[in-house]
Amino acid sequence: MLRLEKRPTPSRFWLYATPPVAVILTMIAGGILFAAMGKNPFEVIRTIFWDPVFGEFAFYLRGQLLVKAGPLILIAIGLALGFRAGIWNIGAEGQYIMGAIFGASVGLAVFPTESRWIFPLMVVAGAFGGWLWAMIPAILKTRFNTNEILVSLMLVYVAETILAKASTGFLKNPEGMGFPGSRNFSSYPAAQNAFLYEPLGLHWGGVAALVTGVLAYILLTRHQAGFQIRLAGQAPRAARFHGVSPTRLVVLCMGISGALAGLAGMFEVTGPAGQISIDFNTGYGFTAIIVAFLGRLNPLGIVLAGFLMALTYVGGEMASTNLGLPDAAIQVFQGMLLFFLLAVDVLTNYRFRLAVGAH
Amino acid sequence: MTGTERQGADARPELLAVKGITKAYPGVIANSDVSFAIGEGEIHALLGENGAGKSTMVKMIYGLIRPDSGQMTLRGAAYQPGKPAEARRLGVAMVFQHFSLFEALNVAENVALGMESPPPMRELAARIRAVSEEYGLPLDPSRMVGDLSAGERQRVEIIRCLLQDPKLLIMDEPTSVLTPQEVEILFKTLRQLSSEGTAILYISHKLEEIRSLCDEATILRRGKVVATCTPRERTAREMAELMVGSALKTPERRVAEKGEVALGVSDLSAASPIPFGTSLKGISFTVAKGEVLGIAGVAGNGQDELLLALSGELKAAPDKVRIAGHAVGDLGPVDRRKVGLVAAPEDRYGHAAAPDMSLVENAFLTAGVRKGLVKNGFVDWAGTRRFAEEIIAGYDVRTPGPDVAARALSGGNLQKFLMGRELMQGASVIVINQPTWGVDAAAAAQIRQSILDRAGEGAAVVVISQDLDELLEVSDSFAVLNEGRLTKPRPTEGLTMDEIGLMMGGAHGMEVAHHVA
Repeated sequence: MLRLEKRPTPSRFWLYATPPVAVILTMIAGGILFAAMGKNPFEVIRTIFWDPVFGEFAFYLRGQLLVKAGPLILIAIGLALGFRAGIWNIGAEGQYIMGAIFGASVGLAVFPTESRWIFPLMVVAGAFGGWLWAMIPAILKTRFNTNEILVSLMLVYVAETILAKASTGFLKNPEGMGFPGSRNFSSYPAAQNAFLYEPLGLHWGGVAALVTGVLAYILLTRHQAGFQIRLAGQAPRAARFHGVSPTRLVVLCMGISGALAGLAGMFEVTGPAGQISIDFNTGYGFTAIIVAFLGRLNPLGIVLAGFLMALTYVGGEMASTNLGLPDAAIQVFQGMLLFFLLAVDVLTNYRFRLAVGAH
Repeated sequence: MTGTERQGADARPELLAVKGITKAYPGVIANSDVSFAIGEGEIHALLGENGAGKSTMVKMIYGLIRPDSGQMTLRGAAYQPGKPAEARRLGVAMVFQHFSLFEALNVAENVALGMESPPPMRELAARIRAVSEEYGLPLDPSRMVGDLSAGERQRVEIIRCLLQDPKLLIMDEPTSVLTPQEVEILFKTLRQLSSEGTAILYISHKLEEIRSLCDEATILRRGKVVATCTPRERTAREMAELMVGSALKTPERRVAEKGEVALGVSDLSAASPIPFGTSLKGISFTVAKGEVLGIAGVAGNGQDELLLALSGELKAAPDKVRIAGHAVGDLGPVDRRKVGLVAAPEDRYGHAAAPDMSLVENAFLTAGVRKGLVKNGFVDWAGTRRFAEEIIAGYDVRTPGPDVAARALSGGNLQKFLMGRELMQGASVIVINQPTWGVDAAAAAQIRQSILDRAGEGAAVVVISQDLDELLEVSDSFAVLNEGRLTKPRPTEGLTMDEIGLMMGGAHGMEVAHHVA
């Protein structure tokens, strides 16, 4: 009989081997699923994982990868800092929306002024909006010991309501013939987050994501604050003994993750999305939770995980349009990825042993 | 030394025989070819240092784990309990070192939870009263366990066992939570049980207790039986040397000039941040440079809270705590370390150390400030690693290297590392809760020696411990923490065990329980 046994020290090998093994297992299990649905599993897998990068339409789809990966990475890194500290911000989607609204509001307020200070100011406003929205659960937690999971999640729905109000009310395009939605930033160059290099889909959001990845990695491994974040997550009492103030840590981690989600929202609304609209948010804030764990809560891992997740999105869309796979099958496929990741993850801290004798 | 001859006078019929039991875990052999026998009504000691394999052995007898090889017989019949319930059915009961009681339930309810088919509550309460009177263990079945002292909680566990009318009662380190007076009561009960024919397997590393209580002793070292003896015929020192395998060194102290007051606490009161904890009530004491203050007391009387209040995890008004004249009561741990105070909490896994972090990271945990390991907010990991290596070398920490996770070290080795971490920071005030808890005798002697060395160099030291022998060995002055209050410190020299026992509050809760019965 097989038995799980705790390793004395976490396995370095499995720490790094887990994600690739999980991807392979997902391909196998997903392949079986697709075969059972009467599709050719090899074709589906190829459509999802190969075609977006090397296929016929790769010239366009390659750019889509970074466009989708950018916000995922940016949000996931902020979340991961909190998760490492045991602070569970589930409401990044709401902070993403508020960042977009704050950033867009600043730009739209000065329309049609042309100045090179407008865009940087919008970036600051976007980060501030996300930060502010994250401060609500943070302060409620530190003051009244409320649960940040519930509060931040509920605030997503509040943010969605404000978003609907913004696109039909205070941010509505006065020249929009009564349709909901704000002015489009593509026609306002001073406030637009245009592509810096279109074939790769690189805009300022992508730059911010990659830079943040490196900075967060340095923070976690070299800086005292990073040590305190890791310590608080692993051993809260030891963290207090070290001298970490739990209150300050909650405010710091919620603040960083909120600001990064706000930034992502701001870059999205002024770039790929183009305008504030009722259905502006597409779930990046929630998918980023998966990305954070897929990347082992490690900033560099998250950068890779962000691209992998973007690949399943872009490839999944291809598979559903070209091969007629239902969206639900693609979502199951993405869910499998997280499932296998968490399952294989057990091997980092445990090992299988063949039990001998009478056990 | 491996003679297994039994005393001729011992003509008791054999109850339990253990023959050639071996149990291995990956990397360690917990028990190797262990054999011993217990007669009916015999009080048999299983003696050994931490990690010698005592607990593994009794867990096999109690059916919690199974041996890899070897046999056991109970009254001549093969005995292989697959689970504790089976062991209990065959008359083997066990009182654990750590109680498994629900604080929000009363005594009778707790007892009922441990039984396979509990009788109606009223009947059970009557039986608890009967048994507790019969064995001189006063206990009111309707009291909440949360309100009981440690000694009384132990009585709940013992009575729970006695209700099953056991043939063999296993007791794992039963006296570590008791005052000297409570120990006497317990021993009386155990002797009575023995005279009625119940055998007792008594696990301990306290040699004087074993000498006064036990008929026979089996001494384990590194999983092997190294000797059997009749404790009454041996000195404690002889048994200690059998247990450790080498001659023991008694710590020696350099007498330092008593300097000015280094740590002063005045009228410190604080609510406990721990659920079911004990609040501190008006604590006052001073410790001079070069002085060691020993604080005794039964666990759960405010020791953890006192450490938190001194380390800075629990804050107070500024002038309640003074270090070298500076008011530091409102400062957190980082600032107190800067002023010169280091502290070592009792709980190694999760409080004093982060179990999943490496030794290097754990060295940084408290040494960052005093060792100057932070530059512009960035951690000097190379410097931290050097410090970790110094600790490992200086305190003989057995580890493959400084990068292994703290949890991979044995309890004793981790404790040596953590003691080294605090003692090597050149602090002027050192506070330690349970310096040698779970540490083998040789390492304990080494830790005590380095505490005395630091005091000899002029540090003021506070040692909180439940081990009276340890406190008497290292401390210049002695106080007792009881229900959150600290007695006035007295010079250690000349104190008798009786006086200490009375300072500790005598036999906890005896009076309360007596008039119920």
